[in-house]
Amino acid sequence: MSLILQGLCKRFDNSEKDTLHEIDLEVKSGEFVCIVGASGCGKSTLLNLVAGLEQPTSGKVLLDDKEVKGPGSDRTVMFQEHGLFPWLSVAENVKFGMKLAGVSKEQQEQKAKYYLEMVNLWDYRDYPIHQVSGGMRQRTALARSLTMESKVLLMDEPFSALDKQTSNRLREELQRIWMETKQTILFITHSVEEAVYLADRVVVLSPNTGKVAEVVTVELKRPRHVYAPEFVELRHKILEEVRGEAV
Amino acid sequence: MGFLLFLVILVAAWQSCYWIGVDLLGLWKPYAMPSPVGVAQSFLQLCEDGELFQATANSLLRGISGYVIAVIIGVALGLLINRSRYLQKNLKPLVLGIQTLPSVCWVPFSILWFGLSTQAILFVVVMGAAFSIAISVDNAIKNVQPIYTKAALTLGATKKQLYLHVILPACLPELVTGMKQGWSFAWRALMAGEVMTTSIGLGQTLIMGRDLADINQVMLVMLVIVLVGIIIDKCIFSVAEQRILKKRGLTGGN
Repeated sequence: MSLILQGLCKRFDNSEKDTLHEIDLEVKSGEFVCIVGASGCGKSTLLNLVAGLEQPTSGKVLLDDKEVKGPGSDRTVMFQEHGLFPWLSVAENVKFGMKLAGVSKEQQEQKAKYYLEMVNLWDYRDYPIHQVSGGMRQRTALARSLTMESKVLLMDEPFSALDKQTSNRLREELQRIWMETKQTILFITHSVEEAVYLADRVVVLSPNTGKVAEVVTVELKRPRHVYAPEFVELRHKILEEVRGEAV
Repeated sequence: MGFLLFLVILVAAWQSCYWIGVDLLGLWKPYAMPSPVGVAQSFLQLCEDGELFQATANSLLRGISGYVIAVIIGVALGLLINRSRYLQKNLKPLVLGIQTLPSVCWVPFSILWFGLSTQAILFVVVMGAAFSIAISVDNAIKNVQPIYTKAALTLGATKKQLYLHVILPACLPELVTGMKQGWSFAWRALMAGEVMTTSIGLGQTLIMGRDLADINQVMLVMLVIVLVGIIIDKCIFSVAEQRILKKRGLTGGN
């Protein structure tokens, strides 16, 4: 698997300058890449381009040497708002993508069980969406994305609408799940701490130029701890970088 | 129970008014004022020869068949308007305009085209309901939250799957409300059609009451029309609405 962003530019119709300018980035198989930047730096736009939900002004996104033209299940997205279907139960939501793909009933059942257990929601499988908490909804959305076993999983600030405690728990779980599955992930966040906690590489976007300001490789061993001195130091360093870029 | 008591009081008040206004003071002509007793007598009489039952059954059958045709046409038209940007811009304002046209206005056309036949009545029903259904279909689809569509597309949904598995269920609550409104338009249009033509039905029974100067029969038919409307609404549409909303946790109770 290889995901390559080549000279990616995006300018919106009503804008004077590029929101994203000449972005070059490669995500390798099994890698966890976080994109951070101050709000308005175009990080969600970047994810939408990779997802195929928006089209670049110039440049291209290549997935396994094929240019991305539109959305598809090889690049499943987990959104900030869960995007679960309220007319389906937890388990039915998790099976949704597999059902569309025509996966057999038994296999749907089996995979749903596997991933629901992974996110600790098996006991809640028959609950309607409106009866589970915000954190459980995001875990359902995570399980739903994982079942697709996409080439790359795109995550757009998936924990930022949750309270601090829940969001911390979920990122711990995501770290564990990533260590288990080695799923390639492109993760968008405004939180440097979250990025350093999760990523192999942190890509800092600059809101001024719309370019990649810096790429930092995180070599801390997993599982990581936010209070470890090396962690704090690295977080601080990247935070300065992000602050320096924001005006 | 409270409602039943209210009805009893209402009927009692009505009968009292009749006694005072017609019998006691002679303010109103007896042939221009219905009374509960008169309506009841009229009811028994029309039940005896089976006319009321026959008329109600005919009207219901016509109403339902006209409604089904209106739904098919309305849904197709609504989908077309929704899918095509050109039609959305140019045809939708026209449909919105036609929708405000009272269904009686279609009667001259229908009689010229179909004569005094059942088809003529169905035509009026379809014209009365289809446009409102089309508008509500278009609106319901438009109101589907974009996040559902986005999520489904990134989970690999094709266009067809998107409509079938996401847009349809997502707009179901609004769709049912639109269908309910469509039914009430259809039922009203049916009466307009039946009053103008001569086939057996509630509309005709009502006109017959007028021709015989039998105001009690007119009142009786009006009550039956209201009653059928309420029963269909409560037994079909409201039940469907409640079920859908409850399943999604959108109602107060469980």
